[in-house]
Amino acid sequence: MRPAVRIDGVSHAFGQGGERLLALHEVSLELRKGEFACLVGASGSGKSTLLNLVARLDPPTTGEIETFGSRTALLFQEAALFPWLTAADNVELPMRLRHVAADRRREEARQLLSAVGLADFEASRPHELSGGMKQRVALARALAQDAAILLMDEPFGALDAITRDLLHDELERIWLERNLTILFVTHNAREAVRLGDRVLVFSSRPGRVADEFRIDLPRPRRLESPEVARLAGLVGDRLREEVLTRGH
Amino acid sequence: MATEPLRMPAYGAGELSVLDKLETTPRPARRFPLQVWRGAWPRLAAVAIALAVWQAVVLSGWRPDYLLPGPVPVLRRLAADLTQPVFYGAMAITLERALWGFGLAIALGSVVGAVVARNRVLRAAIGSLITGLQSMPSIAWFPLAILLFGLTEGAIGFVVLLGAAPAIANGLISGFDQIPPLLIRSGRAMGASRFQLFRHVLLPASLPAFIGGLKQGWAFAWRSLMAGELLVIISNHPSLGVRLQLARETADAEGLLAAMIVVLVIGMAVEILFSSVDGTVRRRRGLA
Repeated sequence: MRPAVRIDGVSHAFGQGGERLLALHEVSLELRKGEFACLVGASGSGKSTLLNLVARLDPPTTGEIETFGSRTALLFQEAALFPWLTAADNVELPMRLRHVAADRRREEARQLLSAVGLADFEASRPHELSGGMKQRVALARALAQDAAILLMDEPFGALDAITRDLLHDELERIWLERNLTILFVTHNAREAVRLGDRVLVFSSRPGRVADEFRIDLPRPRRLESPEVARLAGLVGDRLREEVLTRGH
Repeated sequence: MATEPLRMPAYGAGELSVLDKLETTPRPARRFPLQVWRGAWPRLAAVAIALAVWQAVVLSGWRPDYLLPGPVPVLRRLAADLTQPVFYGAMAITLERALWGFGLAIALGSVVGAVVARNRVLRAAIGSLITGLQSMPSIAWFPLAILLFGLTEGAIGFVVLLGAAPAIANGLISGFDQIPPLLIRSGRAMGASRFQLFRHVLLPASLPAFIGGLKQGWAFAWRSLMAGELLVIISNHPSLGVRLQLARETADAEGLLAAMIVVLVIGMAVEILFSSVDGTVRRRRGLA
């Protein structure tokens, strides 16, 4: 079966000449269709850069990224909703960009908002919503992009623990229902183990995949379960090792 | 992938929606008459104070009252003028010029602003020129305008346009500059084309600053227009400016002050209109 995402020998550098900063070095990675992969690493390790490349916001300096015709949707740590649009209009926008007919758009947006439990907040403006609710609207908006691949850049990093916990359940449910392929970036080893089928440890400067862990724990998992804690400990040790050997 | 069918916890409608309720505050109901009164009373008080100061100066006997009449005779005169069709004719001519000049300035300023904001070379070339033009007193354009257009409507329109357009262009440029980069990235990640990004992200995001530019542009346009109507007097076009000039020549102080009040009120009315649009836009975005 062909993979959903193939990242092949990707290197990426910022700047020019002597001040060139190598952000990614020879990253190769394949995601199966329907796989939930988590990328953990210290901040500044190039994880976000990699997501931007997969989302085609920038072309990689060298190497190739293939998504086999599937669309990608990118979620940021901040919801990045458009403040002049209501929740429903925000969700509709990606469909507008694809010229989906107005009534279908509206219906779809309504369904997506109720899928993230926000049916009552269609007419709310982003500033009227809490951080977690904004992030769910952003998730609905990402789903409205009709993308098979979801790229998530520390999407729950700014949320409180309870909200984050509930959103993990929610994301897991949506991932299974829609058979999405997810590449999820976090610096939290526990979150990675809670969510991922596979956890990839990223090293810094330049970023590359240093190690990977298969997580075969049954779902649904709980963030505070001992198995999750144990595996997260292993991931965390490996992460620390990477950071220390890099003199970071 | 050999995952067994999962039994997901039944929540959804439960915990999350309870949190949602806790985390959103219901909007306080606004009582309309109260709202209007809150906005109105400081303005009314200011008008009352201005009238009182005016009356005090008149009473001090600083100037004889055929040169500086008090508020009562002037307002009486204004009421009388407002019953005359000639007065409305003058107002109509002035407003028509304002509409034309300001309308053209919006068109020109928006196009120039949008192009300059998105183009690095043009920005370097004429960005500071636009700011310079904005601080140039518009009355300084009149000698040139009269040379180019003669004593015509064209001369007035030219100066109104040049007075207002730079402020409008600058408003749009600073609007584009203030757009959070994350919103642009978000739009691009959604697959927006260049035009779609402009139409659905850049333009709406810069709207508050653009309205600010319009507000400032209006102030410049109105000032330029009044200067123009005093300098460029066209026969058979009895504008508000002509009335001011005529009143001075015939030493009709009451008529002069009445016309000035009209000029002030029109300028303020348009300003208030822009401010209320601005307030609405900002409130919707949670900026005010």
